[in-house]
Amino acid sequence: MKKSSVEQKSRNSTHINKKKNREFVVITYLFVGMFMLMMGYFAYFQIFRSEDFINSPYNTRQNTFAEHVVRGEIRSADGKTLAQTVVGEDGSETRYYPYGSMFAHAVGYDSNGKSGIESFGNFSLLRSHAFFLEQVFHGIQNQKNQGDNIVTTLNYDLQETAYQALGANRGAVVVLEPSTGKILAMVSKPDFDPNTIEAEWENIISDTDSENSILVNRVTQGLYPPGSTFKILTTLEYIRENPSYHNYSYECTGSIAMENTEIHCYNHAVHGTENLEVSFAKSCNTSYANIGLGLDKKAFGQLCDSMLFGKALPISYPSNKSSFVLKENSNTDEATQTAIGQGETLVTPMHMAVITSAIANKGVLMRPYVIDHTENYKGVTVKKYRSSQYGALLSEEEAAKLGEFMSLVVSEGTGSQLNGQNYQAAGKTGSAEFSNNKSESHAWFTGYASTQEKGTIAVTVIVEKGGAGSTAAVPIAKQVFDRYFSES
Amino acid sequence: MVHLITELSKYTMIILFALYTWQCFSALGRHVDLEEQAWKFKKQMAYMYLFHLNAYAVLYLSTKNQDLLKFYLEQVVFFLAVQALYGIFYKRVSKLVVNNMCMLMCIGFVMLTRLSYKHAVKQFVIAIVSMALTMLIPYFISRWKFVRSLTWMYALAGITMLGVVAVLGAVSHGAKLSFSVAGITVQPSEFIKIIFVFFAASMFYESTEFVQVVKATLVAAMHVVILVLSRDLGAALIFFIAYMVMLYVATRKLYYFAGGLLCGAAASVAAYFLFDHVRVRVVAWQDPLAVFEREGNQVSNSLFAIGTGGWFGMGLNQGMPYKIPEVKQDFIFSAIAEELGGIFAVCLILVCVSCFLMFLNIAMQMKDFFYKLVALGLGTIYGFQIFLSIGGDIKFIPSTGVTLPLVSYGGSSLLSTLILFAVIQGLYLMRERGEEEVEMAAKPKKKKQKSRQIDEVEEKISQESREIGSWVAKNLGEANEGNTKTFDEAKTEKVKKPGRKKRKEKLSSHEETIHGTKVQDFD
Repeated sequence: MKKSSVEQKSRNSTHINKKKNREFVVITYLFVGMFMLMMGYFAYFQIFRSEDFINSPYNTRQNTFAEHVVRGEIRSADGKTLAQTVVGEDGSETRYYPYGSMFAHAVGYDSNGKSGIESFGNFSLLRSHAFFLEQVFHGIQNQKNQGDNIVTTLNYDLQETAYQALGANRGAVVVLEPSTGKILAMVSKPDFDPNTIEAEWENIISDTDSENSILVNRVTQGLYPPGSTFKILTTLEYIRENPSYHNYSYECTGSIAMENTEIHCYNHAVHGTENLEVSFAKSCNTSYANIGLGLDKKAFGQLCDSMLFGKALPISYPSNKSSFVLKENSNTDEATQTAIGQGETLVTPMHMAVITSAIANKGVLMRPYVIDHTENYKGVTVKKYRSSQYGALLSEEEAAKLGEFMSLVVSEGTGSQLNGQNYQAAGKTGSAEFSNNKSESHAWFTGYASTQEKGTIAVTVIVEKGGAGSTAAVPIAKQVFDRYFSES
Repeated sequence: MVHLITELSKYTMIILFALYTWQCFSALGRHVDLEEQAWKFKKQMAYMYLFHLNAYAVLYLSTKNQDLLKFYLEQVVFFLAVQALYGIFYKRVSKLVVNNMCMLMCIGFVMLTRLSYKHAVKQFVIAIVSMALTMLIPYFISRWKFVRSLTWMYALAGITMLGVVAVLGAVSHGAKLSFSVAGITVQPSEFIKIIFVFFAASMFYESTEFVQVVKATLVAAMHVVILVLSRDLGAALIFFIAYMVMLYVATRKLYYFAGGLLCGAAASVAAYFLFDHVRVRVVAWQDPLAVFEREGNQVSNSLFAIGTGGWFGMGLNQGMPYKIPEVKQDFIFSAIAEELGGIFAVCLILVCVSCFLMFLNIAMQMKDFFYKLVALGLGTIYGFQIFLSIGGDIKFIPSTGVTLPLVSYGGSSLLSTLILFAVIQGLYLMRERGEEEVEMAAKPKKKKQKSRQIDEVEEKISQESREIGSWVAKNLGEANEGNTKTFDEAKTEKVKKPGRKKRKEKLSSHEETIHGTKVQDFD
């Protein structure tokens, strides 16, 4: 009897002891959970985020790979070698670019720092996935392994066409495939020859004239006033605010007076009575200034935010952020100037191409990319880069509507040179004033074209000081379209 | 040829360490008997020595530094000595904790040798001295009963030392952390962490009444505030978390814990706006590349190292870990990830987790509430420091600049961690001994019987070890504490039944089984 009561007591105390451990268990779970999360993050970083850091130009580690690996080749999608390392008999290595300056900004350079694919593809180029035993063999003989090759999405023919078409002008041409985001061509001028950049380096960096700056990739880093190409966004905002935009009508007299300025149509044209479609197709500044007066500035700002203004573009190339500064308290001058693409707004050609691509792809932006896959030097694929969605910039209906507007530009507006071809083209021209000298302007064209067989490509062209978009930029785009859609 | 060996060694070292890590958990599995467990621990040591040999072979081949051969052999002797001493004098300690302690130090030596031979040698000397000193701790901790009554001495010592350092201490790396005596730089906060745990444990052991909690919290707050003022954010956080955990477990009031954490969060936000050097850490954490030239430099370099190393690493001496500022102390994990690989780094985290689980395990096994709290507090300190250190290195959380215990360079860090491990081992020792005493008390016997009793005790130890294993396995897996309860119940019953009568006066509400019987396990 006594024994059982002792047992009972001890049970009670044991029971207390048990319960006492409950908090210990809670704490243990808490910490184990924290460690699990931490290990999960570590894995997440290694799998998804590490490339951003590995390929950062600040990361000098990859260069030590060069001690054991011969840098791989960079190739175009159609198999042309764009960059290769030539190993001399004495073991010296020279980076050779067969097409010189044609791919200067797209492929980049690999001396005195790095740029382009040479920079963000550095890690892949300096890794070798040669056959395992071969690597062992080389290791024993103390020889270098052959690095992996990068096969790009760049189309040699389109690049050559764009390069020739831009001629001696300063400016940029970029060609995207809207359905995938592939960068098919990327030309920026003035340019340089990556073969001789090392010898020329002192001259290049001592040239402080900002207009030259040949190392700048104007496609992603050049910030330009968008001019009339911006009317694409103004139109979208107007459509969103006014479901009855069909009823829009405006009497163009060639100019419209604002508080402090007067806005006039390009070449002082007088467009007469016009609806929204015609205003867009003829690129009527006075009509768009009128539209700008009535827009909700806050909503306009939000639209531009969602269109990646003020944000980094989702691409590997170093890029500048486009800027849209219209505020709720901005005055009417600024509002009207912004509506026609002048004012403080600045965009990069790549940004215009991205917006155009989204319109051509039912509103969905595919992330632009230039590395299609990497392969070992024998041609065995190491890593395939797939196209990926960034997200919808606008709705499918809006994209279709803007597409109609842009078709009208070609069929009866400023892009008529693209009319009547074996492909269906759509686009928007622009002539952007960039200084107080009103006689000079940058010529813009951004648009896309398609055929049943070959699908759709988007082209954005800017010709610095080229004058009117319709005369300076559209012909360059036309040559690119012609080249792409000509072959069987 | 050297390159080839380095390349192949990457994989062999990962495999060896992965096997080691696997044994940390599998040795504690449900169906592992004592013999098998001992065999697994032996295998663990074999993996460690093979890893050690492999690493130094690579280091020697790539540097051709003859001194490394001697240094390597000295380390082997050191590890053998540690193993032997524990094996002879402290049979009952947790073998896994001994193994992990050696393994972590081994990785530390390898990495420090790679980073700076001079510093590695210095660290090794400190390790020998520290090990010699801390070897005695398990013996004393299991005998000195007065440690629970020094409550206010702990508080006084802690606050005085922290205060002195804050006021007079040398300014090192923007934080007033250390002072030098006779050429030796000491970082007191490393040691006060341990004293602080003893303080909190003895406070809550005395009572968990509201007044007592207020007193303890005030003292704890003083510690934390001094640390924040001397800009030692990492230590401040560790003290804070350790105190919150101990408070929660002692009072069993979740709202203390939740409320405390909320206050902590609010204080962190305030610190962000008040202190420039807190802001710097957060800015660097948000987007290190954007502020690469200044704030983000350290974290960016750490991530370059981890990213470039990938899962398999660059190979020893093939990376550029020296590009990371403070790599020997705060960013040793990044150097390990870079050269030994991401898989190795994850295994390292798991080994640390294994230590943490063993600490919490002894906390649950102990019956004396004071020692339960001590084990819990020390475990929390250790676990949270691992979290801060590695989490900061991989940009999981903002970097707070704390060392990775036993791996990082730094005498104070090493000595204090070894003390911490030794105290835990003392508790393991005490637990085993406490049971033996009870057994002996139950059947007053002749000397002859002793050997049989020891057999019995060992039988019980083996049973317990298995239960510990099942507990660990369970806590890593599903959330089910039922088993632990049944086990504890059974065990405590066995122990208590005879012991109950012999109990002396109750020291406090938490006092359960403390006996002073002499059992020689240190002779």
